[in-house]
Amino acid sequence: MRREILIDFARCTGCFSCRLACAVAHSQAKSLFGAVLAGEKPRARIFVHQLGRQKAPISCRHCTDAFCIDACIAGAMYRKEDGTVTNEGGEQQCVGCWMCVMVCPYGAITSDAAGTVALKCDRNCRDESGTPACVRACSTGALVYAEVEEYAAYRRHSTLGKILAGGAGSF
Amino acid sequence: MENLATKATDPAVRELLEKARRQGVETVWDRHEAQLPQCGFGELGVCCRNCVQGPCRISPFEDGPQRGICGATADTIVARNLVRAIAAGTAAHSGHARHLAHALHRWAEGRAPDYPVRDEQKLRAVAARLGLQAQEFSVKELASRVAGEALAQFSEGKEVLAWLKSTLSPGRLEALSRLGVLPRGIDTAVSEVMHRTNLGVDADPVNLLLGGISCALADYVGCHLATDLADILFGTPAPVVAEANLGVLKADHVNIALHGHNPLLSDLVVRVAREMQEEARAAGAAGINLVGICCTGNEVLMRHGVSPLTHSVSQELPMLTGALDAVVGDYQCVYPSLAGVAECTGTKLITTMGMTKIPGAAHVEFTEEEAAEKAREIVRLAIEAFTARRGRPVHIPPHKSRVVAGFSGEAMVAVLLRLDAVDPLKPLLDNIAAGNIQGICLFAGCNNVKVSQDENFLVMARELAARDVLCLATGCGAGAYARHGYLTPEATLEYAGPGLKAVFTAIGEANGLGGPLPLVLHLGSCVDNSRAVDLAVAVANKLGVDTAQLPVVASAPEFKTEKAVAIGTWAMALGFPVHLGLVPPVLGSAAVTEVLTAKAREILGGYFMVETDPVKAAEKIYAAIGERRRALGLATRPW
Repeated sequence: MRREILIDFARCTGCFSCRLACAVAHSQAKSLFGAVLAGEKPRARIFVHQLGRQKAPISCRHCTDAFCIDACIAGAMYRKEDGTVTNEGGEQQCVGCWMCVMVCPYGAITSDAAGTVALKCDRNCRDESGTPACVRACSTGALVYAEVEEYAAYRRHSTLGKILAGGAGSF
Repeated sequence: MENLATKATDPAVRELLEKARRQGVETVWDRHEAQLPQCGFGELGVCCRNCVQGPCRISPFEDGPQRGICGATADTIVARNLVRAIAAGTAAHSGHARHLAHALHRWAEGRAPDYPVRDEQKLRAVAARLGLQAQEFSVKELASRVAGEALAQFSEGKEVLAWLKSTLSPGRLEALSRLGVLPRGIDTAVSEVMHRTNLGVDADPVNLLLGGISCALADYVGCHLATDLADILFGTPAPVVAEANLGVLKADHVNIALHGHNPLLSDLVVRVAREMQEEARAAGAAGINLVGICCTGNEVLMRHGVSPLTHSVSQELPMLTGALDAVVGDYQCVYPSLAGVAECTGTKLITTMGMTKIPGAAHVEFTEEEAAEKAREIVRLAIEAFTARRGRPVHIPPHKSRVVAGFSGEAMVAVLLRLDAVDPLKPLLDNIAAGNIQGICLFAGCNNVKVSQDENFLVMARELAARDVLCLATGCGAGAYARHGYLTPEATLEYAGPGLKAVFTAIGEANGLGGPLPLVLHLGSCVDNSRAVDLAVAVANKLGVDTAQLPVVASAPEFKTEKAVAIGTWAMALGFPVHLGLVPPVLGSAAVTEVLTAKAREILGGYFMVETDPVKAAEKIYAAIGERRRALGLATRPW
């Protein structure tokens, strides 16, 4: 089974470490100090928002039925063999028409610094273990790289644990 | 099996680290691992927590906030954070000095009988330096006056601080005065940094850094006071031979480790322990074996030949030998984690200062008035712990090295007097001019868990000594050299270049040592970096130049503390190139980085250079020395 970047929203502290790591992973230098010293300005492809008291990261879901691929009139957006949805390295070039931005329900697609092409999570940041940079940078476990089944089982366990902690009578 | 070489170079440390792994005892290396990845905003210094509208952090790139909520830029935030670190370091060094000044003062008042002046000559020398008419006064009267002068350094005055005025070269005082950075009092300087880094005060990064430099000069005063007062109270160090590393523990002895920074209590523990050997024997021990950790260890090594046990990041490990009965801490660099390890091993962890308590430790509150009695109480707790552990197996790694330490400025002059009885500095200057000594590098500072312990210190000393650079060391750097056998004549024969070897051999023979001086000269604890300044100022004054022209460099290859930041900053302000072996949290501001590494050089002569690779770092230091030699018209040699 394929692993996905899944989010445990309750664990996000809003530290922005995922954004920093994502930007660094997409820099030439591939290191924070290196990128800063070289004056590079790489962009993060994961976002963190605050809604009331809740802090929440969000990034491309690499949807199975991806609206962005359907909407791409240039034919630049495509799905790679490993399931990654990207507009980079395909047969066609992104023309910056922003159709993908308009159809993405998550707002996970933005623009590059020059405003010429669409920018999104491309998973070109994974280490030897295949783990994306944002997940590696998350020190609270809010970002999890796991198979959906595995993650769902973890969610069931933790929720059931909470419910049953007070004794069977409270159910 | 994980690679322990990435953790430590010392075989004794590796042996016990392996044991910690087997027994599931958590160490500094595990906690570092657990902290990874560390926050990039913190690493860059762009996180601000100075008000409750925050916390704020500035994006180093363009797609995040470029200002904090109050409008502070990355430049402001980085500078504010840096100068706050300097203030914290200054508070620590000067707090250490203040305690010593109070002890001297109370003795003069007849209230602290355990703190007599043990070095009248030093007292009179310091008094003379301060312009006090030393001859007219009794020891007690003079002690009272010197202590009074020392305490007066803390509060705000109108004049240039006496310890600055009397210890720096005229040219340097002039340069610092022109820049407007001479502090008016130690506490004033710390307090002003705390004020100006508040929300809505100083936002100009350059102005903030000037404030930081001023505070760092107050730190220098604190360090110098601590050295002078400790010498007056406990004696000025002279060359002493001891052994270092975990192999100095003795299974059949009551083993007591003295840990922290201030000799105030530890010096008395050394004295009372001598009188308490019988009590230890009555408990079935062969005697009392005192050992040192960190800079308290350096203080008692320099004055009493107490063996250094281990340093800095490896401080949790000695307890795992099962042979350490007590760890007695004063303050600074005493990890709170020690309590957890002590619980596993049955070691008594004893805190002694009212301002330094650790949950899980026993506390014996130190007072100047009853110091010796408190020291006895501490030794008795250790004897009790010995009784409890008797018969249990111990595991003492067999590693130890011989150490020659105790090179105070006075001791160095005494050593050089054997070469030239009239003009002791002349042989040193002649050899620097002739190129037998290319320059001087002072190794200072801590170990840092991010570097394999001691690795940078060892590589750099080998590289530089081989090229005839005279190496001095203080603090845990000196400790690293002690444990690895670099404080020995044998190391000089093995690693020194031909010029340095010849000079050190000539000095050694003139002093009847039967061999050269040790490869690295151990100057003392971290406050004793002041001793290196005294030496440099004496050389500069003799040559009639400013300290900023000397082929002298400072290096903190494995630094970690705020105190190290303060020392590095004053070393820069005194005109020395300062190498750092780790990247300080300033890269988030190009402006601050530029000031520290380049602009400072134009204004002060001193500057920071960051290089994490120890061989390249040595090369850069050598180049900096060469540049200064050339400016003085002296011949240089390529790397």
